Amino acid sequence: MVGIVIVSHSKDIAKGTADMVRQMVGSEVKVAFCGGNPDGGLGTSVAGIIEAIDAAWSAKGVVILVDLGGAETNSEMAVEMLEPARRDRVVVCNAPIVEGAVMAATEAAGGSSLDQVRAVAEELSAG
Amino acid sequence: MSLQPDTFKSLVKAAAEQVIASALELTALDQAIGDGDHGANMKRGFEAVLSKLDTIGAQPLDEALKSIGKTLVMTVGGASGPLYGSFFLAAGEALSHDRTLPENLADVFGRGVDAVSARGRSHAGEKTMLDVLVPVLETLKTEAGRPDLIERVRATASESMERTAPMQATKGRASFLGARSIGHIDPGAKSSCLMLHAICSRLEEGV
Repeated sequence: MVGIVIVSHSKDIAKGTADMVRQMVGSEVKVAFCGGNPDGGLGTSVAGIIEAIDAAWSAKGVVILVDLGGAETNSEMAVEMLEPARRDRVVVCNAPIVEGAVMAATEAAGGSSLDQVRAVAEELSAG
Repeated sequence: MSLQPDTFKSLVKAAAEQVIASALELTALDQAIGDGDHGANMKRGFEAVLSKLDTIGAQPLDEALKSIGKTLVMTVGGASGPLYGSFFLAAGEALSHDRTLPENLADVFGRGVDAVSARGRSHAGEKTMLDVLVPVLETLKTEAGRPDLIERVRATASESMERTAPMQATKGRASFLGARSIGHIDPGAKSSCLMLHAICSRLEEGV
């Protein structure tokens, strides 16, 4: 199943979003989260995002849900720093973080492909 | 022209120390139109660069710039990490694997500027660091070889940084403010200007 990574500037938001996903979708989908800059303040960390991708890794790929601009920029950077074989199996979704994560995880739980999971999450922002 | 380790380290140190010393000023600018973390983030990133300066200085130029880029990416913790990081990573790609500087420095700087533009999906005129980097690149291209090139770069950096104040932001967190972003200097434009000025001053001192 496609894995889910949640990247927020706030560790509390990231963790809370992951908790909601687990409660609503169950634990069969791998969900990892990270939040906070390398000093633990508000922000995002490329190293933390790479670790979360590793934790949520699945052969079917990983979708990343982000909150604000810096989380997106750092997530894109993290994806580029992955080994080439993994790089094209990870996508950053253009979707609201909480709804996007829940919808993506629900779709992933049904065994959908990376493209399908991303499309379902991104329908929310196209709406 | 070759760039010896001590010269290279001196230039990096000058830029890093200027950013670190200006952290509060950068944060104040960012509090006005961003999320108020630019100073602290840049300070953390450039302190990490300084802590590795001896190792970085011993590397060939291409590797050294890439090390700076990677360090910024991994330690800054905000969008400016990947943005400045991509500048140095791409500029490193444009250099040869020794200590030789190419004739045309604008090409190297230009590769860095293109990488910032691609990473931020932005271009000049959106009230970002590109509003300093792009005009400076133009100066490096058009004024190359002039005896007063350093002074021209310094002036372009200052003037273009000041010109971000009347702009309305259409990129980054400041764009959320719409017209309220007008009247404030962009923090990324300021940090770019500070680094360029520090490097210009060190070059004028003869390093």
